[in-house]
Amino acid sequence: MAVTNVLIAGVGGQGVILSSEVLALAALADGRDVKQGEFHGVAQRGGAVFSHVRFGDRVHSPMTPKGQVDYLLALERLEALRYGHFVKPGGTVIVNDHKVEPVRMADVRSYPDDGNDFLTEKGFEVVVVPATATAVEIGNHRAANVILLGALAAHLDIPGEVWDKTLEERIPPRLLALNQKAFAAGREMVVAGKPG
Amino acid sequence: MSGNEAIAQGAWEAGVTFAAGYPGTPSTEVLESLAGYEGVDAQWSTNEKVAFDEGMGAALGGIRTLVTMKHVGLNVAADPFMVFPYAGTNGGFVVLVADDPGMYSSQNEQDSRYFAKMGKVPLLEPSDTDEARTMIREAYELSERFASPVMFRTTTRLAHTRGIVEPGARTDVPRRDFSPDSTRYAIPVYARFRRPELEEKLESLGAFAEEYGGNVVEEGDPAVGIVTHGVPYQYVKEVAPDATVLRLGMLYPLPEQKLKEFCARFDKVFVVEESEGFIQQEMASLGIQNVVGKERFTNIGELSADLVAAGLTGAPVQEDFSKEVAVLPRPPKMCAGCPHSGTFSALRKLKVLVTGDIGCYTLGCLPPLNAIDTTFCMGASIGNASGFSKAGEEKVVAVIGDSTFLHSGLPSLMSAVYNQIPTTMILLDNSTTGMTGHQEHPGTGHTLQEAPAPSVDFEALVRSIGVEHVTVMDPWELKDMRRAVKDALAHPGPAVVIARRACVLLPEEKARERIPYRVDEEACIQCDYCYESGCPALIRGAEYPWIREWECIGCDICAQLCPVDAILPVEAGTPAGSKEG
Repeated sequence: MAVTNVLIAGVGGQGVILSSEVLALAALADGRDVKQGEFHGVAQRGGAVFSHVRFGDRVHSPMTPKGQVDYLLALERLEALRYGHFVKPGGTVIVNDHKVEPVRMADVRSYPDDGNDFLTEKGFEVVVVPATATAVEIGNHRAANVILLGALAAHLDIPGEVWDKTLEERIPPRLLALNQKAFAAGREMVVAGKPG
Repeated sequence: MSGNEAIAQGAWEAGVTFAAGYPGTPSTEVLESLAGYEGVDAQWSTNEKVAFDEGMGAALGGIRTLVTMKHVGLNVAADPFMVFPYAGTNGGFVVLVADDPGMYSSQNEQDSRYFAKMGKVPLLEPSDTDEARTMIREAYELSERFASPVMFRTTTRLAHTRGIVEPGARTDVPRRDFSPDSTRYAIPVYARFRRPELEEKLESLGAFAEEYGGNVVEEGDPAVGIVTHGVPYQYVKEVAPDATVLRLGMLYPLPEQKLKEFCARFDKVFVVEESEGFIQQEMASLGIQNVVGKERFTNIGELSADLVAAGLTGAPVQEDFSKEVAVLPRPPKMCAGCPHSGTFSALRKLKVLVTGDIGCYTLGCLPPLNAIDTTFCMGASIGNASGFSKAGEEKVVAVIGDSTFLHSGLPSLMSAVYNQIPTTMILLDNSTTGMTGHQEHPGTGHTLQEAPAPSVDFEALVRSIGVEHVTVMDPWELKDMRRAVKDALAHPGPAVVIARRACVLLPEEKARERIPYRVDEEACIQCDYCYESGCPALIRGAEYPWIREWECIGCDICAQLCPVDAILPVEAGTPAGSKEG
């Protein structure tokens, strides 16, 4: 079984680490070798955060080499651009239709609102998911990460019951119903073929 | 399990009964994880040297001991680290040192392997998560066999990578008797006897390295030979799966014969190592000449599979898109309602020189606050401020957090008092060690295991060392803070302002009922003063600022900065976050 490479990126506080943990645990429960290489620490505070999840027969490097990521899951639009070059030619970028302005540094350029078009022109399959808006609708903006995970799950060959069980094990009971709803909503958007 | 969790698991399996450290990314989770195991007495110490000293005592007393720190922590603990090998240990002693190539959460890159060489301490480094577990067990056997402290090095990538770990059972190791022998410790006359013994020990360790199972040759293509270690080994396996590889798990001392025999088999051998060319330099000193290393693999930042491939084959590394599209940097920032934002908002108007220290508040140096002028290392702010006074600066303020002050700030404040330097210090007391993720410390009233503990009375402490001017302020009250700092600067001797408010991310603070604020667009004059708060909940709109109400915790710092009272509490019934698209 070939190695599947996923890169999850977002802004500190959006739940990048949680969603990558759920993905890694689901792949593990499905019997794959898994490595999850993440960056946290300072970036918990509003900085750029990423996490690589790789699963298959045998995984070596905890981070996927550039140009080899199968799925980039971006919880924020600018972060899709930051890590876009990791995606393989023709690979898939699942992006939350959500913008978080970074702190203004010396870079005087304005926020690139045409980022999704840029990635499409690069030849990637760009799947835009209104995850934050949907999360607000179902009751908590923080569930956007799990909506995107649902959208990713629709692309992967990990069985539905493995996902269900992993969510139950990893999500605290008081938040489980919300997250199950979020996961299903994200999955449905892709299965129905009309995200965004 | 993460690498750090695997190390904790392995230490527990090895029968460790005492563990001490000071928080520091990427080492922190080892001790946090170990605290959850039965039979291990784990604790946060005041700083790394204290932890090391306590650990030495415990190991000499005959129990297996772990001491944890990040790379710069070893600088703090360098004094005992260099002296301990002369005496040698009794019970197994391992010091875990986590380097941070790439400076993900550090001020410098530092290859701690050189410490092992300088201290003549054997050094092990694992290359993946499960090996971290098994190798730390071996580290204890090594330590007891050679009566030597052992250094166990990891990096950010190893520490924070999750992989599959097969947990084992705990070996209960009985306490070893301590037999007093004063000739092992103390004064130069004895140390001179110990010095040649240290060289003999190093020689025996070199012989051990030849046989050690962690230094392995993986046969492959007879034309391609690679010497590597740690996480770079994984990159090698990723991009050159067929190469013949000598993977070193023991990095000091190196297995001389094994390296010579390996290198003799190839025309040219690549040494793939992260950070400095430590192995390469050691090999050169052994007279091995057919080596290519740092010429091809940078000593700056973290290696990756891409960089290793590029070094081995000359293949280009995929560039990011920043030349084609505006990939704006996204540095971290202080949280909405962070008490430090209040302090810095107050300081900005005072036009003072601010010496900073290590913690979340270091982020105060970024725009829009731009409130910190210098930052070096733990505890440096106070001494730096005193020095600026000596150089003739009149308005200098040192800012330092509660945990950092206890770690290494106190001696500098005593020096300022003793020498009567008019140093002004703001103690940013947020009741936790914030940056590393809320660790307890001697001022919080709780232990690592959350048990109640005595807590340092900061006012009494600074008064007791002779600071006469001490005020306690709420950093959310900008005018009060400004006045307090002005008064402190005007005081002829050392002065302390304690800015006291708990970190907004602490669970009890998060649970508090908060009334968010909103911008009244009719009253707003678009002066942009509110943006100076640097608050992440305050969003720059096309015309007017607006407040993301789910993030706003109602600190009202922005409202205090507003000259026309256009920022007001949200009335009941107004939908929150209505502008989110």
